[in-house]
Amino acid sequence: MGSRRGAGSTLIGRGWVATACALVAGVAALPALAAGTGKPEPWQIAMQEPVTPIAHELHGFHTELMWIITAITLFVLALLVICVVRFNEKANPTPSKTSHNTAIEIAWTIVPVLILVVIAIPSFRLLRNQLIIPKADLTIKTTGHAWYWEYEYPADQGGGFKFDANMIEEKDLKPGQLRLLATDNDVVVPVNKIVRVQVTSADVIHSFAMPSFGLKMDAVPGRLNETWFKAEREGTYHGQCSELCGQRHAFMPITIRVVSEQAYAAWLTEAKTKFASTDDGSRRLADAR
Amino acid sequence: MAHAAHAGHHDDHAHHTPTGWRRWLYSTNHKDIGTLYLLFSFMAGIIGGLLSIAMRMELQEPGLQIFSNPQTYNVFVTGHGLIMVFFLVMPALIGGFGNWFVPLMIGAPDMAFPRMNNISFWLTVSGFCLLIMSLFFEGAPGSYGFGGGWTVYPPLSTTGHPGPALDFGIFSLHLAGAASILGAINFITTILNMRAPGMTLHKMPLFAWSILVTAFLLLLALPVLAGAITMLLTDRNFGTTFFDPAGGGDPVLYQHLFWFFGHPEVYIMILPAFGIVSHIVSTFSKKPIFGYLGMAYAMVAIGVVGFVVWAHHMYTVGLSLQTQAYFVFATMVIAVPTGVKIFSWIATMWGGSIKFSAAMHWAVGFIFLFTVGGVTGVVLSNAGVDRYMHDTYYVVEHFPYVLSLGGVFMIFGGVYYWFPKMTGRIIPENIGILHFWVAFAGANILFFPMHFLGLAGMPRRYADYPDAFADWNRIVSFGAYLFFAGLGIFLYGIYKAYSSGVQAAANPWGPGATTLEWTLSSPPPFHQYETLPRIVDTEH
Repeated sequence: MGSRRGAGSTLIGRGWVATACALVAGVAALPALAAGTGKPEPWQIAMQEPVTPIAHELHGFHTELMWIITAITLFVLALLVICVVRFNEKANPTPSKTSHNTAIEIAWTIVPVLILVVIAIPSFRLLRNQLIIPKADLTIKTTGHAWYWEYEYPADQGGGFKFDANMIEEKDLKPGQLRLLATDNDVVVPVNKIVRVQVTSADVIHSFAMPSFGLKMDAVPGRLNETWFKAEREGTYHGQCSELCGQRHAFMPITIRVVSEQAYAAWLTEAKTKFASTDDGSRRLADAR
Repeated sequence: MAHAAHAGHHDDHAHHTPTGWRRWLYSTNHKDIGTLYLLFSFMAGIIGGLLSIAMRMELQEPGLQIFSNPQTYNVFVTGHGLIMVFFLVMPALIGGFGNWFVPLMIGAPDMAFPRMNNISFWLTVSGFCLLIMSLFFEGAPGSYGFGGGWTVYPPLSTTGHPGPALDFGIFSLHLAGAASILGAINFITTILNMRAPGMTLHKMPLFAWSILVTAFLLLLALPVLAGAITMLLTDRNFGTTFFDPAGGGDPVLYQHLFWFFGHPEVYIMILPAFGIVSHIVSTFSKKPIFGYLGMAYAMVAIGVVGFVVWAHHMYTVGLSLQTQAYFVFATMVIAVPTGVKIFSWIATMWGGSIKFSAAMHWAVGFIFLFTVGGVTGVVLSNAGVDRYMHDTYYVVEHFPYVLSLGGVFMIFGGVYYWFPKMTGRIIPENIGILHFWVAFAGANILFFPMHFLGLAGMPRRYADYPDAFADWNRIVSFGAYLFFAGLGIFLYGIYKAYSSGVQAAANPWGPGATTLEWTLSSPPPFHQYETLPRIVDTEH
């Protein structure tokens, strides 16, 4: 939380990063992880740092969109300014009577179509990459509850346990843990592995979101949704429930810890003893804690 | 009036001007009903606005300050959304300006079904009363009111809120919906059958066009909403399982039904604003509207395409690749007719001799801000990127940029433009211009930083947020207060209009104001066009 560096890769983001870097020039100790990765930063004006191939592609596409929409907005603004300056009552006392110009009317229909085609090509590519799930190294099932997330690691992948992740209340926060973002039990996944996430809900609709991964999938009761990610960098990443689910909607965060393969293996061994087994079906989580 | 004495001759009864409460409660006069709608929507808007001020006070700092129970915050969010959509923007633009000016513009003496017009209004008021009542009944266990958002998604709206609050909310929407359907029938009949001799559809003013398209959208979309919330009602009370997977239902079905209504609904709110902008821009540029036919059919196109894009609100529910790809494509198509409208307004101004009246300030402000909201809509139309933005403040920003800075700006624009016609009084121009700048600054300080919050990942409908979002939220809150304070200037302007005693001329705006309402006195007579006007203009 010490740094004030915005995570910026968009058009306006770059300018901000430069300003922010000047602001923090005197601050020496940046956290080990780049700020803005896996969590929001004060005064942040751009997306959170991407750490998966999908998030990288999403960011690149969004940057492209930002250039296009900024150009369109400035173009409209420029036209309006010209109208205000050149065609006000004083500057132009006699109005023209022009009310048709077929050529220009065709132009302002065709040009937007072309711009949309330019947008559509990378858009559909990104959509395919998001929705066609590659062969996964690991599957995790998460179930939304009012108001916490439950995670299940299947037995055939070295898991065979499940646990609940509750938000840590403000009074119980340890130094370094973020208010409203830290959970008592993090989801742990190995770095550079394709993880398939199955999402469902036990009661009302929730939404499983991880901004740094470019990932969001609704948890709908009666449905099993699937999505995937491949985290390329170790670290702790935070997301929050993103579908209104009642009183404590704001208090059911998602924390994913991406670790090395060795650390993951060690965590699996520990988790199997710590958490309830999926075999007996009972919830012995409270004991396990 | 003394005409009653001649009642034997012909039907002078219709010329009787009722007075006192009878004039308003029993009103069948389109202008009186329009005035009632405008006053009602202003009152509802103040209540909806106060709810949002309470929300912004809560969000000004991280932590819970105002709402000890975050569910109450959710109730405020829901109430704010429903009130602004159903009881501010729709009654003001369609019920208020539509009733007032569609008959005047097309040369009709009144609406086709005056009594139905009356019941439309009072059903809207009844719906509003039910919605306010719902705030005081138990919703979720241990708290009052319904807090599931204006979209009312099940299962949160079924199992999540066992108390009667939402049943009141559903009945409120039933009444408001019935009112809108009756109003839509009335507008369609009036516009198709009661235009003055010589006024073909292609000579009809664009505001009447916008109301015609809107009325068709209402007529087709609202029954779907009524069906969806009735299914919700039976799921809640009579043991059906339309939306409950335990009984073979599906919560996502509700979302499809809701958004089949919900997306046309946003065009229902914005199309009349398009109509008003066209009139203001043309009047004060002293030029005919550029590309009239393109403008009219762009609205028709927006209305038609608006019905086939609904699932772009549902990119994250787990739709298949092909489904999402189709909705991306269809949604992008809407940008084309919208672009035609933006560029045609600018082309109308181009070469004009523009008088920057208060109303023109609001219209130019609308064009720019609607462009900003529109291009963020293009960003959101891409399912791939929407995956990141969905349910964040980026969406919360996009929606008000097109509706608050769009719909609400043009409610004010319409008031400043037509106030002299409606009342015969004049709001001083400089007060309207000052109000514009305060509202423009306030609304941008309010909504622009929401882009940043959304990109940084702040989810919507949160009573409390991670500390990193605090700085922008503080600025957003101050923008909200500034925007709300602007209403004081507006009320002062109305006070000045009445206290100064200056009478408005029949046409205070000069040669640019060419539509029929400006041929009548200000305010118009209680019943107008006893001899129908004959339209001799050339076809556009």
